[in-house]
Amino acid sequence: MSKSTVGPAPGETPAASDEQDLGAAGSQLSTAPVDTLASGPALGLIGWARWFWRQLTSMRVALLLLLLLALGAIPGSLIPQSGTDETKVAEFRQAHGTLAPIYDRLGLFHVYSSVWFSAIYILLFVSLIGCIVPRTWQFVGQLRSRPPGAPKRLTRLPAYTTWRTDAEPEQVRAAALTLLRKRRFRAHLAGDAVAGEKGYLREVGNLSFHIALIVMLVAFACGQLYKSEGNKLVVEGDGFSNTLTQYNDFKSGNLFGTDDLNPFSFTLDKFTGTYETSGPNTGTARTFQSAITYSVGAYGKDKKAVVKVNHPLEIDDSKIYLTAHGYAPLITVRDGKGNVVYRDAVPLLPLDSNITSSGVIKVFDGYRDAKGVGEQLGISAFFLPTYTKGSEAASTFPALRNPVLNLTPYHGDLGVDSGIPQSVYQLDKSHMKEFKDSKGAQLRDNLEPGETMTLPNGAGSVTYEGTKEWANFQITQQPASGWALGGAITAIFGLAGSLFLQRRRVWVRAVKGDDGVTVVEMGGLGRSESAKVPEELGDLAGILYDQAPSTPDPDTPGPSASSASPEPEVVPAEGAEK
Amino acid sequence: MTLAATTELAAATNENLASISNTLIYSAMAVYTLAFFAYIAEWLLGSRSKVGRTAAALTATTAAKGPAVTAGKKGGTAVLERPQVVVRSAAGARDVPDGPGAHGGDEQGDMYGRIAISLTVLAFLVELGGVIARAASVERAPWGNMYEFNLTFSTVAVGVYLGLLALRKNVRWLGLFLITSVLLDLGLAVTVLYTASDQLVPALHSYWLYIHVSTAIFCGAVFYVGAVATILYLFKDAYENKLATGGKPGKFANSVLDRLPASASLDKFAYRVNAAVFPLWTFTIIAGAIWAGDAWGRYWGWDPKETWSFITWVAYACYLHARATAGWKGRKAAYLAMIAFGCWLFNYYGVNIFVSGKHSYAGV
Ligand code: HEM
Repeated sequence: MSKSTVGPAPGETPAASDEQDLGAAGSQLSTAPVDTLASGPALGLIGWARWFWRQLTSMRVALLLLLLLALGAIPGSLIPQSGTDETKVAEFRQAHGTLAPIYDRLGLFHVYSSVWFSAIYILLFVSLIGCIVPRTWQFVGQLRSRPPGAPKRLTRLPAYTTWRTDAEPEQVRAAALTLLRKRRFRAHLAGDAVAGEKGYLREVGNLSFHIALIVMLVAFACGQLYKSEGNKLVVEGDGFSNTLTQYNDFKSGNLFGTDDLNPFSFTLDKFTGTYETSGPNTGTARTFQSAITYSVGAYGKDKKAVVKVNHPLEIDDSKIYLTAHGYAPLITVRDGKGNVVYRDAVPLLPLDSNITSSGVIKVFDGYRDAKGVGEQLGISAFFLPTYTKGSEAASTFPALRNPVLNLTPYHGDLGVDSGIPQSVYQLDKSHMKEFKDSKGAQLRDNLEPGETMTLPNGAGSVTYEGTKEWANFQITQQPASGWALGGAITAIFGLAGSLFLQRRRVWVRAVKGDDGVTVVEMGGLGRSESAKVPEELGDLAGILYDQAPSTPDPDTPGPSASSASPEPEVVPAEGAEK
Repeated sequence: MTLAATTELAAATNENLASISNTLIYSAMAVYTLAFFAYIAEWLLGSRSKVGRTAAALTATTAAKGPAVTAGKKGGTAVLERPQVVVRSAAGARDVPDGPGAHGGDEQGDMYGRIAISLTVLAFLVELGGVIARAASVERAPWGNMYEFNLTFSTVAVGVYLGLLALRKNVRWLGLFLITSVLLDLGLAVTVLYTASDQLVPALHSYWLYIHVSTAIFCGAVFYVGAVATILYLFKDAYENKLATGGKPGKFANSVLDRLPASASLDKFAYRVNAAVFPLWTFTIIAGAIWAGDAWGRYWGWDPKETWSFITWVAYACYLHARATAGWKGRKAAYLAMIAFGCWLFNYYGVNIFVSGKHSYAGV
């Protein structure tokens, strides 16, 4: 509610203007900006600019921008986003020929980096800064000045109590001042009353919450600009060192430089995966972990570590995540003379959750056929970690229970010189020829570990020696995440302070009545109506009452005052909260 | 290499405990149903009570407004007693007394209300047992899929209600509305969402899961209580408005709404409840971000679930802002609260069912 000290704004209820009676006493109980209702801009450029700025930094517009932010975030959750799933976007484009260009124009495939979404949050944060700065000054001003003096009529306050006492007014005021200060109110004597205020931490909390929001946004933006993210597939026994050329793919923010990569290297010692063996979720993964040996810097000592799915390894500000795994059959290829021309573990890509996999073995040089002619070999590989009779096309379990490797060899030219970049997982067969078996059909065979496929006409052999596993590591650097976390924690505490603490004022007035007896009046005011304000007032009144007990009224011969418990009791008026 | 040996290590689920859990859940549903009928009886018997308190308050002369009793006004008569604190309602608020509750002051109604609460306590304990048995059977926290999530959610919601009752808050009027929706929630859980007990996929193994999901469930339950209060506020406020402008509400509305607390009290209750969990909801999202940072290599990636948590958060922030903005209190703010809770619901059901994302292991 606006706590303006000027007269009631048009449109406010008469009851609301009631509050104006409190005058300065009720003002500035928070630093919320006063909403100027529908006042038009003053003339002139500066007038307009001022008006615009006042609008932008008003609570009303902040509310509107917040609503827009929530609305604007919705499409990004329903429409595929190129930042998260490029293939889904492609599918969507295919399926919706007419809609896709419109979406493109509106930036709906990358909502969170689109112009309009950015506009909303940038405006919101400009508004936020425009709001925080004056509020902070205002608050500092409030801290440096004293709580406002008592309003004329304390009876108008949300919580009120009074009694008559023999004590002198000065005595009562002094006692009240001491009491309020002891209760950590900022209190002072103003005229015939003591004024006290407490709960400034609420404002501190609110301001630090809003400032923390800015810190979080800036940290998030920095993180986006300076981040890097790369993937590396490593077969058991192989290693990786953190340089750009070693990555399979690499993305980075606009301001990232390659020198920013932390120097480290590691070797994958062993990958372990376990799976549910029974029940309806048979085959569901249970644990994945990679044992690695790593070293930091050029001459760092070797250290051991285990990288699990939820437990990245942190080296400086790089984090190494385990993101995928699969199998890499160990293949030996011999040429027509029986010389080993190829011996390597070939990573295959999983096709389904049971890790049915496929890939290609490419022998680029060194191979000669039976006649001694140099050629290249390409072997399509299809792999089932668990082969079951009757399910030849797909594995039935993700672990290596009964591995079978299906190989289809080709010979000729792999086409690597054509200049077109090739995927290591695909075979360009345009210059390759099939091998024929004895019946003239295409050579193709299932191998179990240790078995060898002999190529026809003395063209050599291919041996499936065994199976290694590979793991894919995602290596990310996201600077400023510490700031984001710090901002987040501040935001929570600030918010808690802002929502759970009450800022409230208490006034104690003590004056001599017409009959010469001192009348004590106490009033309490909170920023929002709260049961705590009257409770606290009652508490304070009880203590003060002990020090300045009531005096018998001259008119009524009352009972002995000592029998009355000094504990005050809270009597809610009609309509007040119970 | 063989994984056969390690595969055996995966904890076998305990079928026995799982079936005990199912039995307990069905028993809890039965007891909730009994409680439901007891609440209905309370409302029915309460309808015999005299109605028209609200109307009386609203049509009374304005003299009744302002400080009703102040010791000062009473002259000297009060001075001998201890000082009494007089509370005055906010400027502009209607002076409407809170309704007496569902039983409407009817003794028999009150008795049924007490029976209903006892049954609710019993059902709560049975359901809690079911949730714990479920957790024991899967050897992890009971929120790996939507079935378990629903169970835990309704248990916590009832727990929050009973907790408020134990704290002597005036919330008995929530009972019927809450138990009705708990029954719906459980019905949905055991029919549509049922998933046999099982372990988690590796991405769900993290202590942040316990922190993030448990607070998410708790926040949801409290937001839910807040939403029920908000809906009732909207009805009661409309009712009071109608009376204040000389309208004649229907007999049913009269009977039911007159027994609820005053709209101002409902509004304040809803605000307190929502404001109290908002920091926790903020924490929930941050805990989720930390978990995502560990599991997926980025703390924030606009995954649908993340996005909707954010939308929910912004919507509740809107609501809190609205309460501090002139001209946006009362009904307008209440609509915002309803939208915010709608976002929460969509995040919970809608995103799991209709939108695919990284959080799509909800077992639907
Ligand atoms: C970035 C978006 C923002 C968010 C998420 C946000 C969130 C919040 C929340 C949750 C509260 C409730 C705390 C309370 O009631 O004490 C609050 C209070 C407040 N906000 Fe914001 N806010 C945002 C932007 C702004 C802006 C732009 C302004 C300036 C116009 C502003 C001014 C205030 C004020 C003055 C209060 C305290 C109201 C009072 O005294 O009750 N906020 N904000």
